[in-house]
Amino acid sequence: MLTSESLKRIDREIAKYPVDQKQSAVMASLAIAQEEQGWLSSDAIEFVANYLGMAPIAAYEVASFYNMYDLKPVGKYKLSVCTNLPCMLSGGVDAGEYLKKKLGIDYNETTADGLITLKEGECMGACGDAPVVIVNNRRMCSWMNPEQIDKLLAELK
Amino acid sequence: MAILGAINPMLSLGLDGDNAWRLADYVNRGGYSALRRILEGKIAQGDVINEVKKSVLRGRGGAGFPTGLKWSFMPRSFPGDKYVVCNSDEGEPGTFKDRDILRYNPHAVIEGMIIAGYAMGASRGYNYIHGEVWEVYQRFEEALAEARSACMLGNNILNSDFDFDLFAHHGYGAYICGEETALLESIEGKKGQPRFKPPFPASFGLYGKPTTINNTETFASIPYIINLGGEAYLEAGKANNGGTKLFSVSGHVNRPGNYEIPLGTPFATLLDMAGGMRGGRKLKACIPGGSSAPVLPAAAIMDCTMDYDSISKAGSMLGSGAVIVMDETTCMVRALERLAFFYFEESCGQCTPCREGTNWLYKVIHRIENGKGRQEDLDLLGSVTTNIMGRTICALGDAASMPVQSFVKHFRDEFAYHIEHKKCLVPVDVQRAGSGFFTATI
Repeated sequence: MLTSESLKRIDREIAKYPVDQKQSAVMASLAIAQEEQGWLSSDAIEFVANYLGMAPIAAYEVASFYNMYDLKPVGKYKLSVCTNLPCMLSGGVDAGEYLKKKLGIDYNETTADGLITLKEGECMGACGDAPVVIVNNRRMCSWMNPEQIDKLLAELK
Repeated sequence: MAILGAINPMLSLGLDGDNAWRLADYVNRGGYSALRRILEGKIAQGDVINEVKKSVLRGRGGAGFPTGLKWSFMPRSFPGDKYVVCNSDEGEPGTFKDRDILRYNPHAVIEGMIIAGYAMGASRGYNYIHGEVWEVYQRFEEALAEARSACMLGNNILNSDFDFDLFAHHGYGAYICGEETALLESIEGKKGQPRFKPPFPASFGLYGKPTTINNTETFASIPYIINLGGEAYLEAGKANNGGTKLFSVSGHVNRPGNYEIPLGTPFATLLDMAGGMRGGRKLKACIPGGSSAPVLPAAAIMDCTMDYDSISKAGSMLGSGAVIVMDETTCMVRALERLAFFYFEESCGQCTPCREGTNWLYKVIHRIENGKGRQEDLDLLGSVTTNIMGRTICALGDAASMPVQSFVKHFRDEFAYHIEHKKCLVPVDVQRAGSGFFTATI
C-alpha cells in the first residue's frame, strides 16, 4: 500500500512516543500516506490503522476531523488561501477572488486538467505575511499579490 | 528577519543572519547557560519555580495565567512519568509570533522546556506545532537533532543525572487543538475534542499522567528569566506584567509583523513601530489580543498600554498579543461575519450550545451582511451568545461570543444601518482599496 520510504518515515514517527502509544503517530502517518498518494482513500486509512494496531474507525475519525486531510481526490496541486479577518484586511479575500478568476474555478473545485484544486483555508498563523497561500499543505507562499500569484501559477503549470 | 522592531528585546535580541536559529549561534549569544547553571549548581527544583514566580511571567498563549504558579501545581516528587508539552498550535487569527520564535530562536524553546522538565520532574516533552507551518516543524526537528547531539537532550544531560527527551508533533489543521486538553487528545492520536476539567492536566494529562502545557513564547522566556533573575525580568515589564512580549500586528498598518516590546508600552508606540496606518487612513477599531478578544473602538485602544491589566480594564483581553488593526475602510459587519464563520467551522461539535450556537451566529450575521437582516436580529445575536457562554466544556464558545457581543455593542449603528438600508455604510470599492491588494502600498 505504501512505499518502504513512507513506512520508514512512519516508523520514525512511532519512535517518538512511548512503546504502548503507537496510536499517537496516526496524524503523522496519515499525512505521510496522503503525501505519497495525493489523498486519503478508505483503503489507505485502514492500512495506516492496521499498521499502528488501532481500529480503522478511530483512524477515520482523525482523518475526518482535521481539515488538512483530503478524503477525496484533489488536483496535483492544492492551493489553500487564507481569507480569515487579518488576511482579509490585507487582501486575502481579493487574492482568493483573483485565483478563482485566473483558474476559472470556485473554492473546492479542481481545474479541468486536474492540475489545481482551490481551497479556502483557515488561519495559518502567518497573518503578517498576508495574503498567504499554501501549496499541498507544505509550502507557504507569503505576500501573494497579483504578480506573485501569476508567478506561482506559471511555476505550477 | 520577520521580527520587525523591538524595544529592549530579549527573545529577539541578536537574531541577525541566516544561522541565528542554529545551536552554535544560540550558544554564542548565551544560550544553554541557564540550563548549565541549574544542572551544574544543582539548583533545587523549587528554587527554579520560585524564580519563575518572581518574574511574574504570565502565560503568553492567551489566558495570561502565572507560569510559576502553574508549574507549582505539578506533583514533582510523585514517581512515574510526567510530561511537559509546548503549545505551538498557533491558529488564533491574528497571531503569528510563535512561528517566528520557532523559525529564528528554536533553541530558546528547547532550553525552556528542558528547564521546565527539570523543575517539574518530567522526563519527556512534546512540542505540538501548527499544521500549516510545515517548514517551521522541519526546522524545529533539525534544532532538536542539534540539541541531542550536543547532549542537551537524552540521558545524563550535560553529565548530570537528569534525563529529558523532547519530540515534535505536527498538527494537521484544527484550531481547537490550541485548547490544552484537545491538544493532549490530539497527541494521543484522537480527534481534538477538549476534555472536561477537572481533573486538570497537572494531575491527569497526556496518557493520563501529570502534564504541564505552556505556550511557545512562555517556554522561550524561561532561559532569559533564569539568566536575568526573576526580579529583573519583572522590572523589564511593569508590575504584575513581567517582561517583554512579542506582539503580532496585522491588518491596516504599513508594516505588519512581529514587534517585541516591554509590557506596559503604549499602544500608540506599537502602532508607530508598525509604520502607522496604511495610506495614512484613520484608525477605526482594534482587536488587541487575537480574534477571540473583544474589539475596542479607536478612542479606547489609543488610551491603552500593551499589558494584561490595561487592556483588561478597557474591556478586552491581551490574549496572545495579536493586534488586528482596522481602519475606516473596514465594514464591521463583514469583519464579524468572517470571524463568526471561523468559529462555526472550527467548533469541534462536542457541546450543543457551541455546535449549534456558532452556526446560528454565522447565519444571522451572514443575512445581515447580505441585506436580509431583521430588526430583531441584534437582540437575537445577544441572546444566542449568552446561551453559549459558560455552558460549554472549553472556551471556544466564549471565544466565538465575545467578538459578536463587542462588535454589536461598539458598532451597533453600523449593524442597524445594514438591516435598515440592506447595504453597507462603507462602499465595497472603499473596502477593497483598504486591503491594498491591487495597489501594493506596503
